[in-house]
Amino acid sequence: MKKEAIISVKNLVAKYGEATVLSDVTVDIFPQEITVILGGSGCGKTTFIKNILRLYQPYSGSISIFGKEVTQMDEVEFDSILSRIGMLFQNGALLNSISVAENVSIPLEQHTDLPRTIIDKIIRVKLDLVNLGKAENLSPSELSGGMKKRAALARAIALDPDILVCDEPSAGLDPLTSAALDNLILKLKKLLKMTIIIVTHELASIHRIADRIIFLDQGKVLFTGTLKEAKKTKIPEVETFFRVGKFE
Amino acid sequence: MIIKNKTLILPQKLDKSNITGFLKEIALQKSEIVEEIDAGNLEMIDSAGVAFLDKLMEIFTAHSPQIINLNSELEQSYQTFSSLELPIQLKAKQGNIFILLGENFYAWLESSKQAFYLLADIFYWSFVGVFNKKGQRKGSVTQQGLLIGADALPIILLLSFILGLILALQSAAQLRQFGANIFVADLMAISMVTEMGPILTAIILAGRSGSAIASEIATMKVTEEIDALKMMAINPIRYVVVPKFHAITLVIPLLVTASTLIGIFGGLIIAVTYLDLSTVVFFNRVFEVLTLRDALIGIGKSYFFAWVIVIIGSYYGFNAEGGAEGVGKVTTQSVVASIFWVIILDALSSMIFYF
Ligand SMILES: Nc1ncnc2c1ncn2[C@@H]1O[C@H](COP(=O)(O)OP(=O)(O)OP(=O)(O)O)[C@@H](O)[C@H]1O
Ligand SMILES: [Mg+2]
Repeated sequence: MKKEAIISVKNLVAKYGEATVLSDVTVDIFPQEITVILGGSGCGKTTFIKNILRLYQPYSGSISIFGKEVTQMDEVEFDSILSRIGMLFQNGALLNSISVAENVSIPLEQHTDLPRTIIDKIIRVKLDLVNLGKAENLSPSELSGGMKKRAALARAIALDPDILVCDEPSAGLDPLTSAALDNLILKLKKLLKMTIIIVTHELASIHRIADRIIFLDQGKVLFTGTLKEAKKTKIPEVETFFRVGKFE
Repeated sequence: MIIKNKTLILPQKLDKSNITGFLKEIALQKSEIVEEIDAGNLEMIDSAGVAFLDKLMEIFTAHSPQIINLNSELEQSYQTFSSLELPIQLKAKQGNIFILLGENFYAWLESSKQAFYLLADIFYWSFVGVFNKKGQRKGSVTQQGLLIGADALPIILLLSFILGLILALQSAAQLRQFGANIFVADLMAISMVTEMGPILTAIILAGRSGSAIASEIATMKVTEEIDALKMMAINPIRYVVVPKFHAITLVIPLLVTASTLIGIFGGLIIAVTYLDLSTVVFFNRVFEVLTLRDALIGIGKSYFFAWVIVIIGSYYGFNAEGGAEGVGKVTTQSVVASIFWVIILDALSSMIFYF
């Protein structure tokens, strides 16, 4: 059985000015799966994600999300696609001038017409899910690095997005919190049928949650396939990573 | 929403797209008795849908309804996203007005103390820094001098010139009535040298350089650069503030002199075109009325203005908190505070020297 891809990237080229970061990336991401993006620091994982979400305009190539080509789509239409996608940025990217709870409430206020009482309930639940129930009224500058990450995750899942993108969600978290986060991600996938894309280097976490792996190297896709296939592959870099949990 | 036999029957789907409508329907049925909520038809629910169920429980709480026929998968969603078990958050409590006043006064005392320490530190390191350049950025004084001086010069010149024109023009109308034309020279000389030159320069520097100092230090503070300097055993005051302090001390007399001269020149133009004075007569009069004491007071107080600007800028910079937001906040505060203190100092010096 061949599944229909929810995000399909073909021949993506990404540049910053003259510097080419992704030279030719073709991958599919499938619905209701957890796809892990792997690769050494600076290989272009964040760039890949940001190009898919058009936070940087792709240099060339085609990207389709929910079956629609998005690279040339107009802003208004693309906004409606973005409203179905939650993103956890590598640095959290919480808005500093407002409280944690208000950060989580922004997407709810922006994209739904839910009444305040319901929004408040959702905020409390989402913050509790990331174990930040007590931080509601704090401002982001009063949070630790790991707490910021988790608050940002609460914001990313505020709308129960169809696609959740996490850029290194567990960096800076202790192993216990990190494992709890994995459980939360598995739950979201199961209960809300989310498609989840995660950048992470934690081998333990990859074994726990990954359905599919995309391995980036030198601007290209070195390997893509299911977790099982990844563990069996003979491609040296991928093999090394799964043996020792490090990039060469 | 159908309520039949004290049972509320849920639809197939409850999610963020449809619960707002359902809530409105329910609002009209508040008085009904509901003992059971039947989820038999429910196939799909998201966290907004669960929040809706929680809300139903609250609305019909009188008969503490039970949810029935919830299949096991949805049951799990319900458990995960329900807020019923969560503790209610208490809002931060507010103090009464006396507590607030007391706290404010205390905070003010504390910050005055800190500002004073900072002042002592800056003077100490500025003095040491003249003789020992270690721990200071190379070429930073020149660079800062250019930044503070050369960049501010055009705007200072322009504004002083305009101010000179205005001053002369306003007084010329009066002086002419009494045939006291020549006194415009007295007025321009004294007011530009002792008052307008220094204060105008100081206010522009407070706006340009004071805010730049505050925001630079504040940015370094919130991005942990200040901490990094400390870890490398570099005194942040010495590294960041002292070059600015030296630079502003070097350029302020030059800027004030330039401002004063161009202001008087503005007065000269009015005197020549409107009051029929000749250039020679005007300048003879200017040098007749000006004393060395006036010039020294003008330049002397401008040093204090400059130092106040640097000290206040760095004080607010070092006290920045939070992210980018904090930087913006202290920058504004520092400009307001330094203009305030410049004017207070000016008033003090007038009292001391001319009373
Ligand atoms: N805004 C930018 N302007 C110019 N070059 C950039 C920019 N952002 C990233 N780069 C470059 O693009 C390359 C890929 O960066 P990217 O942030 O995508 O890496 P990454 O795989 O996410 O790394 P990490 O695991 O460290 O987060 C790097 O070489 C980086 O120097
Ligand atoms: Mg990255």
